Amino acid sequence: MTKLVVNGKHVTVSADSDTPLLWVLRDKLGLTGTKFGCGIAQCGACTVHVDGQSKRSCVLPIGELDGKQVTTIEGLATPKQLHAVQQAWLAENVPQCGYCQAGQIMTTVALLAANASPTDEDIDSALSANLCRCGTYPRIRRAVHRAAAAIKERG
Amino acid sequence: MNRRTFLLSSAGGALAIGCALGPTGGKTWRHFRHTGEFQPNAWIRILADNTILFTLDRTEMGQGTTTSHAALVCEELEVDPRTIRILHAEANRSYDNPDKELRIQITGGSTSTAASWQPLREAGAVAREMLKRGAAELWSVPVGELIARDARIEHAKSQRSATYGQLIRQAAIQEVPKVRLKEPKEFRWIGKSLDRLDGRAKVDGSGTYGIDVRLPGMVTAVIVRPPVRGAKLAKLDDRATRARRGVHDVVHIEEGVAVIAEGYWEARTGADLLKIEWDDGHGGSRDSAALFASFEKLSSSRGRKTVRDDGDAYRSTSSKAIEAVYKLPYLAHATMEPQNATAVIYGSGNAARCEVWAPTQTPGVALWRVAEAIGFDQKQVAIHQTMIGGGFGRRLLVDYAIEAARLAVHTGKPVQVIWSREDDQQTDWYRPMVVARMRGSVAAGNIDGWLHRIVCQSIVADEGPDFIGALMPSRTPRAVRRVFANGPARMFARGTLVDSTSTEGALELPYAIPNLRVEYTPVETGIPVGFWRSVGHSHNAFVTECFFDELAAAAGKDPFELRRALLGKHRRHLGVLELAAKQAGWGTPLPPGVGRGIALHESFHSYCAIVIEASVSGNRVTVRRAVVALDCGRVVNPGLVAAQAESAVIFGLSAALKQQVTFRKGRVQETNFHNYRSLRMFECPVIETYLVPSEETPTGVGEPGVPPVAPALCNAIFAATGKRIRTLPVEAALEAMT
Amino acid sequence: MRALVLLALAACGSARADDDNRHDESSARMAFATVHEVFMHPRCMNCHPVGDAPLQFDDSRPHAMAITRRSERNGVACSTCHRAKNGTRPNQPPGAPNWHLPPAETPMVFEGRTPKQLCEQLKDPKQTGGKDLAGLVHHVEHDALVGWGWEPGPGRTPVKTPRAKLVAAMKTWAAAGAPCPD
Repeated sequence: MTKLVVNGKHVTVSADSDTPLLWVLRDKLGLTGTKFGCGIAQCGACTVHVDGQSKRSCVLPIGELDGKQVTTIEGLATPKQLHAVQQAWLAENVPQCGYCQAGQIMTTVALLAANASPTDEDIDSALSANLCRCGTYPRIRRAVHRAAAAIKERG
Repeated sequence: MNRRTFLLSSAGGALAIGCALGPTGGKTWRHFRHTGEFQPNAWIRILADNTILFTLDRTEMGQGTTTSHAALVCEELEVDPRTIRILHAEANRSYDNPDKELRIQITGGSTSTAASWQPLREAGAVAREMLKRGAAELWSVPVGELIARDARIEHAKSQRSATYGQLIRQAAIQEVPKVRLKEPKEFRWIGKSLDRLDGRAKVDGSGTYGIDVRLPGMVTAVIVRPPVRGAKLAKLDDRATRARRGVHDVVHIEEGVAVIAEGYWEARTGADLLKIEWDDGHGGSRDSAALFASFEKLSSSRGRKTVRDDGDAYRSTSSKAIEAVYKLPYLAHATMEPQNATAVIYGSGNAARCEVWAPTQTPGVALWRVAEAIGFDQKQVAIHQTMIGGGFGRRLLVDYAIEAARLAVHTGKPVQVIWSREDDQQTDWYRPMVVARMRGSVAAGNIDGWLHRIVCQSIVADEGPDFIGALMPSRTPRAVRRVFANGPARMFARGTLVDSTSTEGALELPYAIPNLRVEYTPVETGIPVGFWRSVGHSHNAFVTECFFDELAAAAGKDPFELRRALLGKHRRHLGVLELAAKQAGWGTPLPPGVGRGIALHESFHSYCAIVIEASVSGNRVTVRRAVVALDCGRVVNPGLVAAQAESAVIFGLSAALKQQVTFRKGRVQETNFHNYRSLRMFECPVIETYLVPSEETPTGVGEPGVPPVAPALCNAIFAATGKRIRTLPVEAALEAMT
Repeated sequence: MRALVLLALAACGSARADDDNRHDESSARMAFATVHEVFMHPRCMNCHPVGDAPLQFDDSRPHAMAITRRSERNGVACSTCHRAKNGTRPNQPPGAPNWHLPPAETPMVFEGRTPKQLCEQLKDPKQTGGKDLAGLVHHVEHDALVGWGWEPGPGRTPVKTPRAKLVAAMKTWAAAGAPCPD
C-alpha cells in the first residue's frame, strides 16, 4: 500500500511496488490525462511532477512514491482558470492530435519554474526530449515564450 | 468516459442507426415527434433549449476537421462555431465520404474539406431555411423579411425574434427547400483563422482518446505477436502468466496470444512470463538487403506495365544517358497513441449487441470487419469514434477493433486491447519499400528523355479488400464479399490491374519532356503494406524531384529556372514554385556550407513547392529553414493549413533523415522511439508557410506538404556538399559514404 | 677498513631503499595505468565528458534529445528519466542513485585525457571539488552511481576490471605519493 497525494488529494494505492506510476494513475486512479507513448522514457507523454520535479511516470515505480506529492495535467488548472501555460497553448493553437501535449505542458511548467526567461536554446534543452509526431514544435516554442511573458506580467 | 456519457452516446447511436437520415420533411417531422429534436440531416441536431449539435464525420486526428467542418456548417446555419457542441459520428452509411473514389465512411486521402465543402454548407443552409420558414409560418410574415443570425431568427419589422430552439417544431414540419449558398464576400467564418475548437480537451487532460475509454468492469488485454509476421504458434506454456496476480486468462487468437488482466501493467508483465515458440515459416527469411537487391534487379528489366509513354524515351536515352537508382525503405506510421480499441458484447441470440470504441479513421471498415469477425449482423454492431492520437493512415486498418471484439466475445466482459510501442512498430502496415531506376538525357540545355521504372508492392492489394467490403450492402453474404474483395486484390498484387497508388506522382509529371515513359513492376514480399501519409507520392516525388535536379545539373541549368521553363501553362504549379523561390530568396547568397534545394509536387489536387536550406557537418545534417508554398484552393482556415504545412515538413524530415524499417531474418529490427527516431525540437527548422490566394474549390491539405520535403532536403544537401543522396534515410546514407 | 665496511653497508642500504622507492614508484605507475584505463571506459567516461552533453552507449555518442547540463537548469534533470535502479524492461534508461553529471564548475573531465593530464587533475583539489586523494578513493569505492559501472544492465558493457582491484590500484598509487606519468 502506498500513500501519496495526487493533485492535492490524499490517496492510498494498492499495487505491486514496481508498478509504474503511469499505470497507477491511468488504471487505478482514473486519471487518463497522462499518456502512454513508449514505456521507455523516450517520448515524454507520461510526464508528471513529483514534489515539483518533472518525472517520466512510465519508468517510475510506485514503491518510490510513498508520501510524495504528484501533480498531473488534470491538476494544473484551478477551478477558476487554466494554467498560464495551458492558456498560451490555446492562444497559439498548439495541439494537433494532442496526444503528446499533456507531457509537453508538464515539461514546460517545470521549465518556467526553473527558468522564468528561457531562451530558444533553453527551450531546446528542456523540450527536445518530448516527442511530437504531428510537428507542433514551432508553435510550442511560441507558446513557451508567450507563457513566460504572461507569468512575468502577472508578477 | 463515465457511465452516463457511455449510455447517452449509445442511445444516440441507436437512434442514428434506427431512423432513416435524409433530407425529407416527412422524416424530419416524424423524428421530431419521436425525440423532440430538429434533425434535418445527418449532421445537425437542434434542441429546444437552443443547443446546437454538429456531428463530425471526417475524423479529427490533428489535421483540424473539427474546426474547419464546424465552420462550413455554421457559416450557412448562421451560428457561431464556438457555441456549438461537436459529436463524433458513429458508423453509419449516412456518413460515407462523398469523395467519388472513397464513398465509404473513411477519413483519408486529404479529401475531407474538398468533399464536404458543398454538402456541409448545404446542410447548414437547409436547416437555416427550414427554421426561417417555420418562423415565417408562426408569425405570418414573408420569409424574405426574416434574418437568421447567431442562432436566432429575427423579424425587424415587427420586432419579433426567437432562438432556433424555440422554432424547432415549426422547422421540423417544413419541406426541404432549395437553398442559395453565401457569396464568399459574405463569409463570417470561412477564410478566417478560427482558433481550434478541440483545443481545450487537448490541453487539460480531459480528452478521451481510444486508450482512455473506460467502461465499468473493463479488463485490459495485451497480445503477444510473433516476431515474424504470419508465424504460427508452435508451443505455449502460460502457467507462470496465469499465476501472476491480476491476470485473468490467456487465450490464443488469430493475432497472437492474448493475456487478459485487470490493468495494462498486470497484462504486460504477465505476458513477459509466457514461454512461447513460434514456427516462423517462410516469413523468417525476409531480409531488407536481399529485398533491395531483388527489387534493383527487377528494375534493370523493362517494367511489367507501362503507364505512360510519350515519344520514345528508350531511343532518347539510348546514348549519353544519366542513370540513377533510388532506394527508399519501408516506413512505419509511429502514431503517438499506440493502437488500441475497446469492445463489449451484451445480450444474447438475436438481441446480442457489440459496441466498439476505437481511434479509427474508418468506422465504415470497422463495422463490417468486426461484424464478420464475430459472426454478427452489422445491425448488431456499433462503432463509436474516439479522439485519435495521430493517424497518418495507420488508423485506416482496423486490426485493433477486430482484436478487441474477439476478446470481448471470449471474456464476456468489456475489454480494452492496448498495443505496446514495440507492437506498434513491428506490427504495422508499412509504407512500401521502393526501388526506382531513372534514366534521363539532356540535349541543348534541356531535358530530352525521361524513363522512370518503379518497383514496389501494391498497397491496394493489401488494403483494398477492406474498402471494397465496406462499399457493399450490409447483408452481402460473406462468401460474396470475399470474392469481390479478394479477386481484385490478387489482380493488383500481380499487376494485372495497375495500382495507381504505386504510380501516383510519377505518372502525372507536369514537365514538358518530349520523351517520357513510366513503367511499373509490382512485387510481392508478404510484408503488410498500407497507406502512409501521401502514399505513392511519398516516394515518387523523392525520385522525380531529385532526378530532375540531377538532369538540371547535367544540362548546366539552375534547378528552379529549368522547372519554371518546363512547366509551360501549368499555372498552379508555377504559382507555388515561384512563390516558394521568391520567399526563400532563391539565388541570394547563403552562409558558407549552407545549400538550398527546391522541390515541387502536385498531390491530392493541391500544389506544393518547398525550398529547404541545409548544411552538413560530418554525418550531421542541420536543416535551417523550410519555405513552403501551398495552393489548396480556397483556404477555409489559414491557421490550420499553416499548421499542416509545419506538420508535413517535420513529418517528412523525420522520415527522410532518420527512418527506416529493416527486416532481418523476418524480424523488424526497430522497436521503439530510440531506434525509430523522429525530429526533435532542437532539430526543427524555421518553417515559413505561404498560401496562394485562390477562389478554386478547396482541395487537400493533410498530405500535400509531405512529398516535396525529402527531395528538397536532398537537393539542398547536394548544393551544400556536392553529394547526391539516392538512398534514404539520409543519416544512414551519409554514414555509409564515410 | 671498518669505515669502508660501514660505508658499503650504508650504500647497500640506501640502494635497497632506492630499489624500494623505484619499485614503489613503478608499482604506482602501473597502478595508475589501471586507474586511467578504467576511467576511460565508457561506463565512467560517458558521465565525465569534455562538453556539457553526457555521452551514451559503448560508442560514447552524445546523449540523444539535446540533453546537456543546460537541461537541468531548465527543469529537466537527469533523474527526470534516470531512476535509482536500472529499468526492468528493454531499452529503458539505466539507473542508479543520484544519477548526475559533475557540476559545471568542476567537470572532472575524463574524455580525451592522457594519463598525465588525468593524474594532475585528480591531484588538484580545485578540480576535484575539494576531495583529497582519500576522498577520491572513497568515492570510487562506495558511491552507488560509480558502482553502476559494474552493473549497467543489458546492452551496456560493464567495466572489466573488478571494482576492488580498481580501488586497490588507487590506494597503491596514492600511498606512493600519487606520482604522475610523464
